[in-house]
Amino acid sequence: MRAAGGPDVAVGGVLLSVENVSLAFGGVKAVSDVSFDIRKGEIRAIIGPNGAGKTSMLNIINGFYHPQKGRITFKGETRAKMRPHDAAYRGIARTFQNVALFRGMTALDNIMAGRTLKMHSNFFWQLLRYGPAMREETEHRHRVEEIIDFLKIQEIRRVPVGRLPYGLQKRVELGRALAMEPDLLLLDEPMAGMNLEEKEDMSRFVLDVNDHYGTTIALIEHDMGVVMDVSDRVVVLDHGIKIADGTPGEVKSNQAVIDAYLGVAH
Amino acid sequence: MPRFALGVAAREDWAVAPNAAAGADTFPKLLIRNAHLYGTRPAMRHKDLGIWQTWTWSEVLEIVRAYAVGLHNLGVKCGETIAIVGGNRPRLYWSVMAAQMLGAVPVPVYADAVADELAFVLAHADVRFAAVEDQEQVDKIQSVLSRVPKLELVVYDEKRGLRDYDHSTLRAMEDVIADGRKALADPAVATWLDKEIETGKGSDPSIILYTSGTTGTSKGVVLTGERSISAASDTVTFDKLTETDVALAYLPLAWVGDHYLNYAQGIVSGFCTACPESPDTAMADLREIGPSFYFAPPRTLELLLTRVMIRMEDAGLMKRKLFHYFIDVARRYGGRILNGEPVPLSGRLLYAIGNILVYGPLKNVLGFSRVRIAYTAGEAVGPDLFSFYRSIGLNLKQLYGQTEAFLYLTAQPDGEIYSDTVGRACPNVDIRISENGEVQFKSPGMFTGYFKDAAKTAEVMTPDGYVKTGDAGFFDEKTGHLKIIDRTKDVGRLNDGTMFPPKYIENKLKFYPNIREAVALGDTHDFVTVMLNIDLTAVGSWAERNNVVYGSYQELAGHPLVYDMLEKHVAEVNRSLAADKVMAGAQIRRFLILHKELDPDDGEITRTLKVRRGFIADRYAPLIKALYDGSNEADISTEVTFEDGRKGAISARVKIRDMKTEPVPAMGKAA
Repeated sequence: MRAAGGPDVAVGGVLLSVENVSLAFGGVKAVSDVSFDIRKGEIRAIIGPNGAGKTSMLNIINGFYHPQKGRITFKGETRAKMRPHDAAYRGIARTFQNVALFRGMTALDNIMAGRTLKMHSNFFWQLLRYGPAMREETEHRHRVEEIIDFLKIQEIRRVPVGRLPYGLQKRVELGRALAMEPDLLLLDEPMAGMNLEEKEDMSRFVLDVNDHYGTTIALIEHDMGVVMDVSDRVVVLDHGIKIADGTPGEVKSNQAVIDAYLGVAH
Repeated sequence: MPRFALGVAAREDWAVAPNAAAGADTFPKLLIRNAHLYGTRPAMRHKDLGIWQTWTWSEVLEIVRAYAVGLHNLGVKCGETIAIVGGNRPRLYWSVMAAQMLGAVPVPVYADAVADELAFVLAHADVRFAAVEDQEQVDKIQSVLSRVPKLELVVYDEKRGLRDYDHSTLRAMEDVIADGRKALADPAVATWLDKEIETGKGSDPSIILYTSGTTGTSKGVVLTGERSISAASDTVTFDKLTETDVALAYLPLAWVGDHYLNYAQGIVSGFCTACPESPDTAMADLREIGPSFYFAPPRTLELLLTRVMIRMEDAGLMKRKLFHYFIDVARRYGGRILNGEPVPLSGRLLYAIGNILVYGPLKNVLGFSRVRIAYTAGEAVGPDLFSFYRSIGLNLKQLYGQTEAFLYLTAQPDGEIYSDTVGRACPNVDIRISENGEVQFKSPGMFTGYFKDAAKTAEVMTPDGYVKTGDAGFFDEKTGHLKIIDRTKDVGRLNDGTMFPPKYIENKLKFYPNIREAVALGDTHDFVTVMLNIDLTAVGSWAERNNVVYGSYQELAGHPLVYDMLEKHVAEVNRSLAADKVMAGAQIRRFLILHKELDPDDGEITRTLKVRRGFIADRYAPLIKALYDGSNEADISTEVTFEDGRKGAISARVKIRDMKTEPVPAMGKAA
């Protein structure tokens, strides 16, 4: 990872593709017939007005919702139904719109929790905290410390997360997702509720994660400035329908997008 | 570990007197001495990925040699300058050492300097090379590149985020060191480097420290190796620092304090310098490292004390009682025990119990358990704050210096500690007070001049070779210690010629928790008067305890009982002023309590809470007039700006109290 100089971040083949996916809750159509893909190594933004189906889309990708129609192919494999823990095993990590951390645990322990899937020693050894369990913990701790260093949160290592300001909680959550060493990182409004400086910091971290770890990132964001600055490609949803897809520049000048955001007479 | 081919140094040669003039006149030579003398002892620690990493003196020497060769191969030449930009990190300290090894002159710049300042220093110092911490600093430099035309190459420590940058003008420090190491494998190169170090002259510039520029543009203070080393050796001897001491380097790299206290003293005495994990973790790192030598500005000490007090208020009843009881014991006996004065046996016993139950654990939490010598300097320190730390057994002392003197002018010797002095002149330092009360010095560590600024150098030098400090001060008669009162330009005169240092008087008043702000008046008047601001929190809680009812700030400020209380404070200040012959004439004759708080929104104080005298003189002219025409009260109406930006007016009738002054000792009035 860090010492090795990092993997190449050249944008490669398709990592995940979403084909003709539809999702409805009773009569409410959250997502209808949406297709797009995410390429390896890119930062892909999903934008759209409120209720456009962005979070539903993320929930579909990491297996929390099961679409009624359509196919999702991740790393060349298509699965009809994928559960969130399958998704985690297969290399999809995410953060949430509302921070979902263990509030009573320290930042360090929270990030350590992200390593759970990588731990192999059995319950007995872990109980004793001896032998293989100890060796394993040392190794994981090293990885976690690298993430702490990367996100510059050394000073809050031992602070219970519940006592931290919101911006730092978001950073810890990003740390926990990174601890999983995911292939695809889903960020649900990583900059919501932040001031300008915090947003700049967070944008920097998102770019750095992509650059340093070579992680493919899909993010939902409302701040257009941020989206235009950090993302390689943008997909725009409105009322559950894909209305545009392309580079930030293309999307910005797309009439349908402008209408969706500014509103037109229906 | 490679062999150090330096022929001369047999161990015994160095061991004769490690501190007497340090045995060498440049830092690289000392570094070699340290590798011989203390080869396996830690020279530097840095917390990385949560674990303390250690480098011994011989490892540091090996790295610095490789680094120096690497820099030489990139084109760094003897006599030119290299900027060092970043926080306290081993590799930046090594950059300083490596530059000095080649005879180049490091120019450290504050890590948080804004782009403008950075551009000014880099351009003024003619740097072709810069060694920086990380992407942040690289970005900053690239943003001002057009104003630093001579800059050719930037060497960076932290790789992160820099991969996609154009590397034609960038190099990773790691790679520079690795290249140097490869080149050093050739014995010819090693011999060449040894020669370079040996021929390094102590009279050549060893570092240029830019003053922070609070007064006008910053100036580059040029210090030489032999002078820096002789100043550092004197204090190392003075405080008996040895290679077993440990210091935490958490103050800005570009500040003279860090270069002197940590870098110079560290290399001269061979002690270990620990670098914190990040600037924000310094307090936690302090506790983990447990330094034996510690420096903190008064503000930091105040912050720590406040934090302790707040946490104690949240503690259980038993703990709180225990704490307050033993802190009281400490107040009575602690300072005297530390000073080696006689203390009754019962007091010693109580203090010993307190040490086990309270002071020891408290010092442990603060990271002071092993501190042998602690210094504070920079601004006036409150007597309560000062005596608190001394009472719990921290050997806190004061020193005085400035960049031009390599910070080395006066220090308090053990056993002669006073909160209002800065100590005696250090060994070999010559200090005198000029006609107009300015402190002037000649010292072993003094600078050779401002870089490329002969005019300014001439301005601060006297014809007979003394340096003007710009500070007004005097020697205390009882203790023989120097007291600093104010900047010379701020010191005024009463009509009878008595010296009137406003800040000195204001600071004495502000040490009382009830007084938040004070404005002393007296320049070109017959006597001194002050306008006070109460501290609403302190006085408010006093009012609550004493059943004083009030409806507003204005009412509380004007309350007769509040006036009585503050009158006592003013009387105490008068007593302490009367104790100094020089100050006795500047006792406070009249005072008033302002009806509103001085506020930066109204332009009365700056955002950094400095009083804006001229503005206040205009705004409160009716009050000032009343202070000097003998009336007992005055009406005033002032415009105020509310937080939402609306304006309003506050009118009030402010009372004025007369003060009795202490008898002035003979000679009191100078003219």
